[in-house]
Amino acid sequence: MSTVKYDAHGNPYAMHYDSPEHEYQTGKQGVWLFLATEVLMFGGLFVAYAIFHHIYPEVFKIGAKFTDWRFGSANTIVLLSSSLTMALGIYYIQMKNNARAFWMLAITVICGFIFMAIKYVEYSHKLHLGLYPGAWYHGNLEEVAHHVGLSPEEIPANLALYFSFYFMMTGLHGIHVMLGMGLIIWTMIRLKRGDFSPDHYTAVEGVGLFWHLVDLVWIYLFPLLYLVS
Amino acid sequence: MANNHHGDKTGHGTHSGGAAGTMPATGQGNGGHGSHHIVPFETYIKVFATLIFLTFITVAASRIDFGAFNAIVAFGIATVKALFVALIFMHLKYDDRMNRIIIVSAFFFLLVLWFFSILDEMTRVVQHSTL
Repeated sequence: MSTVKYDAHGNPYAMHYDSPEHEYQTGKQGVWLFLATEVLMFGGLFVAYAIFHHIYPEVFKIGAKFTDWRFGSANTIVLLSSSLTMALGIYYIQMKNNARAFWMLAITVICGFIFMAIKYVEYSHKLHLGLYPGAWYHGNLEEVAHHVGLSPEEIPANLALYFSFYFMMTGLHGIHVMLGMGLIIWTMIRLKRGDFSPDHYTAVEGVGLFWHLVDLVWIYLFPLLYLVS
Repeated sequence: MANNHHGDKTGHGTHSGGAAGTMPATGQGNGGHGSHHIVPFETYIKVFATLIFLTFITVAASRIDFGAFNAIVAFGIATVKALFVALIFMHLKYDDRMNRIIIVSAFFFLLVLWFFSILDEMTRVVQHSTL
């Protein structure tokens, strides 16, 4: 193939790079640029949260009573564990132990499933109460107030605002978790196929960076949605 | 750009755009990625243990009322956790400077957006039409 060159060690790289290392660094820099746009996308929602929290503090104070810190904490631990196994997946590829790397990536995907399962329990509980985002909100006032041990007068009229933020932020994050799981499965297939070695694992490094960013976003979402008082 | 702390661990990625193409392929050793920094297994485990510990601290701190500092405490701890993830799990500590600049610039512009939005929100004066 005229588009592929090989270095002295037989490592392939695209012809428009100087070396496999140059190819690796360029690919990784592209991922970091993409992650910068991700930070700005999630960041817009965080700034919107800050603005509306300032205007309607009671909406967020009461709204957070509907989230259970135990679910949030469990999911935090699940995602942190998945970040560890993702990092160890790359570590074992660097150590030429592809069997262990495969299992680390598999555990990462399983953690993703556990995270989404916990999210499913939380979502179905809220939707059952009619706590939908924005215009779709149709919670019964008595029932909603009773659920958090408040009187109906204490429930703000625009409580739906909280659930707009809750579902937009955790929903966008959840989509990222599912995309990340798909990408990790892709790297697992390629690993089995023998595509990666200590000299060549750019795709795993890039997917890993994405997965850690998803973890990073959750690190901020957790206190924001579960622990506001 | 020539701030190459790790010698041959960073490569041409440090150089932006066309400059890379003009650089001789030195600093790569005999090719391959053998020069990549490998974070020790123990470091990953220690960082993970710290992250779990800080999660418990976050939950415990949310039970204590620091008044106006509640948000600062919660997001301060979150930022420490985020730094551990970025520096060790995402290898930024060992990465070239350009990748650090890229991600820090994203957070910088987010701070600009936040600052002016909050400034606008907090300095508004409610006025009623005289018409």
